[in-house]
Amino acid sequence: MIRVSDLTVTLDRRPVLHDVTFEAVTGGWLSLIGPNGTGKSTALRAIAGLLRYTGTVFLDQTDVRSLRGRARARAIAYVPQEPVLPPDMAVGDYVMLGRTPHLGYLGMPGGRDCLAADDAMRQLDVTRFTERRLGHLSGGERQRVVLARALATQPSVLLLDEPTSMLDIGHQQHVLELVDGLRRSAGLTVVSTLHDLTVAGQYADTLVLLSDGRVAAAGQASAVLTEDLIGRVYGADVQVATGPDGRPVVSPVRKGVAGL
Amino acid sequence: MRKAIALGAAAVFLIVAALISALVGAADLNPVNVAAALAGQVPFVHVSSGLNQIDRAVLFQIRLPRIVAGALVGGLLAVTGAGYQGVFRNPLVDSGTLGASAGAGLGATIAIVYLGGLGPDVVPIAAFAGSLAGVGVASLAGVIGSARGISNGPATLLLAGIAVGLFLTAAQTLVLQQSTQVIQQVYQWLLGSLAGASWQQVTEILPYSAVSATVIMLHARYLDVLAVGDEEARALGIRPGLVRATVIAACALAAASAVAISGLIGFVGIIVPHVARRVAGPSYRIVLPLSMLGGAGFLVLADTLARTVVAPSELPIGVVTALIGSPAFIWVLRGTRAAGT
Repeated sequence: MIRVSDLTVTLDRRPVLHDVTFEAVTGGWLSLIGPNGTGKSTALRAIAGLLRYTGTVFLDQTDVRSLRGRARARAIAYVPQEPVLPPDMAVGDYVMLGRTPHLGYLGMPGGRDCLAADDAMRQLDVTRFTERRLGHLSGGERQRVVLARALATQPSVLLLDEPTSMLDIGHQQHVLELVDGLRRSAGLTVVSTLHDLTVAGQYADTLVLLSDGRVAAAGQASAVLTEDLIGRVYGADVQVATGPDGRPVVSPVRKGVAGL
Repeated sequence: MRKAIALGAAAVFLIVAALISALVGAADLNPVNVAAALAGQVPFVHVSSGLNQIDRAVLFQIRLPRIVAGALVGGLLAVTGAGYQGVFRNPLVDSGTLGASAGAGLGATIAIVYLGGLGPDVVPIAAFAGSLAGVGVASLAGVIGSARGISNGPATLLLAGIAVGLFLTAAQTLVLQQSTQVIQQVYQWLLGSLAGASWQQVTEILPYSAVSATVIMLHARYLDVLAVGDEEARALGIRPGLVRATVIAACALAAASAVAISGLIGFVGIIVPHVARRVAGPSYRIVLPLSMLGGAGFLVLADTLARTVVAPSELPIGVVTALIGSPAFIWVLRGTRAAGT
């Protein structure tokens, strides 16, 4: 469980987040949505301990700020929007980096670390790429390898910043289904940002809509993804219908050309 | 498996280079006798070498210390280059291109010219301080260059480092002009030569070399983590700043140790790690030890060339490494991705 209270972040003297409060339950998937530059990624980075912030972030009963770097990194895995993939590094070595928080200062990966890395690679079906170099992977394979690194850490919380931004619709679905399966089977708490509102509504069980660094709405998809809220926060004209799964489907509408 | 083979091959390369170097030279030593004499040094092995008194002296007091010094310097320069490359995530930097060697040279010169009365320990300390200062200024200049948008890639740091190196070398010339009686001594040393190598020199730098090389090697895994960038490294629970500072300090100490014996020798720190990466992949856990062995063998061979091609006179070893290294550097440049790090 991740509980964020009154999270306030200032970057370069510019306030980015104001008093943001939300809670992601254990095994749940919370997605941050909102217009570009509204602080979604900043919120994830703050939770990951990469930024100074005021307010508190609690992991279960522990204040994340009280955790030392490695202890925090063992519990919370962070996947940035554009992970750095050294082109010549082998996939197996890259996934093993996920074990870094478990190793002491001069420690070397041992049997348990290899097991965890193998396990993560198997779950994401990248075992056959072990020897391949990162620079030789396709977009979908890269995303799976990055997720495998995050899972190799065996975290209780997974922070995903736009996990599907580089993927086509098929790979997008595949990756999101994988994450959904993982959080259900392993009890992983997922906090993500997703820019596609329909997709966010389909996968996350809680949506937090940010607007100018503040929470504009939070709750289930049907409560957050309304024509009125999206119109106000995004300045967009949309129509919200109900999809076959009962979740909202957000479609953009061109004003003045209706009926064409 | 491939890594073990590469390490073994590098070790064999070093041994072969050392044997060739022991046999080749002005005094013609018989290979069998040399092998016997070397075997005789192993405890509990008694073989008669057939070498006379003079030959023994040539082997044990001239050639062997020179080979050991060459191997030590080459290993240090290569492992330092690899360390800097990991710290800065830039395949084009080493002690030479970062101003670390020039800084060590300036530090040592200042110590020789102004602080000569303070005893022999001052020179290595001054070289170490100068080396650190060189890297510090170069990386600062590189950061400023990148931030101001001149260019944000491997080239910025490289240009900054070369500029700092030139400045430090100019400052050194300035210092030297103040004290003409040591010019000869300092210049000979600056061009780089192992001609004066002695067991005493080797034992003097051995502790610094051992400490610095060990510290760099122990951080291999952290250098691999740094490859994914500072932010992700921090998300993985490590402190990139601390790792950088530690490795840079160790590299500066290693560079100062190498400079203390041989003066400025270029390119070894760029070429050798590059070959190591080509052979065994980019993980520093293999690149560092492989560079150490490969650099040692490479410099022993280069030194053998330096003292034989224009015999009876000698080429400065820096000239040999530059003749081999410059074309090889272009090759490294070609393989460097334009997008940079």
